[in-house]
Amino acid sequence: MATKHPPRGGPAGRRNGAAIAVLLGPFLALFALTFVGPIGYAMYQSVIGVERMGALGLEGSRTVFVGLDNYIEAFNQLGFIEGFGTVALFALVQVPLMLALATLLALLLETLSDRWAGLFRAGFFLPYGVPGVIASLLWGFLYTPGTSPITELLGRAGLQVDFFGYDTVLWSLVNIAVWQFAGYNVLVLVAQLKAIPRDLYEAAAIDGASLWTIAWRIQIPLIRPALVLTAVFSIIGAMQLFSEPLVLQLLAPAITDDYTPNLSAYKEAFTNNNPNLAAAQAVILAVVAGVLSFGFLRLVGWRRT
Amino acid sequence: MAADVRPAAAPQESPANGTGRRALGARRRPSTSRIIIVAALTLAALYFLIPAYWLAVAATKSLGGLYGSFGLWFSEPQLWANLTALFTHDGGVFLRWSANTLLYAGVGSVVATLLAASTGYVLAKFEFRGRDTVFNVVLAGVLLPGTALALPSFMLFTELGLSNTVWAILLPSMVSPFGVYLCRIYAAAAVPDALIEAARVDGAGEIRIFATIALRIMTPALVTVLLFQFVSIWNNFFLPLVMLSDDRLYPITLGLVTLNSISERVPETVGLVVTGSFVAVVPLAVMMIVLQRFWRTGLTEGGVKS
Repeated sequence: MATKHPPRGGPAGRRNGAAIAVLLGPFLALFALTFVGPIGYAMYQSVIGVERMGALGLEGSRTVFVGLDNYIEAFNQLGFIEGFGTVALFALVQVPLMLALATLLALLLETLSDRWAGLFRAGFFLPYGVPGVIASLLWGFLYTPGTSPITELLGRAGLQVDFFGYDTVLWSLVNIAVWQFAGYNVLVLVAQLKAIPRDLYEAAAIDGASLWTIAWRIQIPLIRPALVLTAVFSIIGAMQLFSEPLVLQLLAPAITDDYTPNLSAYKEAFTNNNPNLAAAQAVILAVVAGVLSFGFLRLVGWRRT
Repeated sequence: MAADVRPAAAPQESPANGTGRRALGARRRPSTSRIIIVAALTLAALYFLIPAYWLAVAATKSLGGLYGSFGLWFSEPQLWANLTALFTHDGGVFLRWSANTLLYAGVGSVVATLLAASTGYVLAKFEFRGRDTVFNVVLAGVLLPGTALALPSFMLFTELGLSNTVWAILLPSMVSPFGVYLCRIYAAAAVPDALIEAARVDGAGEIRIFATIALRIMTPALVTVLLFQFVSIWNNFFLPLVMLSDDRLYPITLGLVTLNSISERVPETVGLVVTGSFVAVVPLAVMMIVLQRFWRTGLTEGGVKS
């Protein structure tokens, strides 16, 4: 990895030190300001609180150390905890659905000529270029009777579907995420399939293997690492669910202010004006996301270099 | 179609997928299964494309047409009138949001890519104390999703007096731990030690070696980092939502959601939201399709192989 000729001491070494500082310094400074600093500051905010003074709390206030009080309060909030359940259920459905669809489409694309596969792939990939909030606005219109051709067509067929109902709104959110990211995952998987050596296919053809056998015995096992990694990052993304429910909230009363953990933290910080509790919730979220991703990657033996 | 041109700029693609590659099983497959395959793929393409098509159609409609006509077909198209309404709304604030988005995504992604390149290069090619620590901390940054940082960043930036300024969006946009990770892998594999040593012997300084030799060799990885960062800044919503209160600083995403939130009281804004969404989607969707081969190259580099 490193150069075989490490810089020697003396002027050359000093010059090297300066070069390292110049090349590395700006990134480290910004990283400290935008990653380490915010997390550290949120940790600090999460262990302090505001204490009112005087009989009626009217004689001013002061900041005091409260230990884990904010964390205890966060864990005692039913809505915040239920939010974790909601995003877990969301991930449990959305991630397998999206990856199954992406795998199927990638395998089907492999049977086409490059020209046609390229056209289809471009079509599948297009939604990835639609920002999450705009995708949510768009699907909001497609879910709303009046503007939606879907409800209109279903209505003509005699079906009444409420996409914003208490039982259905989570699946409406799942659909938005699948629509947005499935095509991107098709691209990842196609890249993996292209890396499979051609002679494996030739050997299979000589053995008279069917496309089905080739898919199950050769292709899927060889793209498994990519599937696992994508699944991990999708699960972590699902934990952070925020913009989509926030946008649909206007249309769907079923989406409460604490529907997902991120919505809870946002509500505490801006609606309830309780930044210390919000900080505790943000730290909990960051820790859960970090532990999940690190744990998963350890589990699947993801290499660092 | 971009996918048909196998670029010289993507040397790490396997040679097996050259232009002349035969489709899998092309010779012996019976035609019924081919029909089923194409039908299934077409169905999927409809699922992915119809919402975008709906948006394009809806952007041409009057407010009455939006609610009163079938969504998948045109009705008295008036795209120009809708665009005029969008761009003149509130003194041209939509144009301002577009310019802001371009500024945030353009400047942020370019700076983030250059910093990722220099950092990745140093981590791959220099030995110094604390190198592993730096890399591990950056790796932790990769695993921490941006949304988990939005609220904490807001708290710190408020304390520093930086919230509600362009810097509140630009500074976080300039940092890409994933980019550093990718650049480190790429530099380690693609920049030969012998070349660096030769340049040193010729008397070139370290900065110059990086700027003239390493950067050029690392170009394919840099394009990928640039694209990822550009799109993630363009799509960013949570950070501007918490950081910005002045609507002159909003990016398009936040502007559209704000417009949408008043549409219950001011029904005309629904038309602005639809047309604005269409205008915001077009440039990125085109870029996505034209540049899709670069995504693929980057993805195989991203340590997916294990």
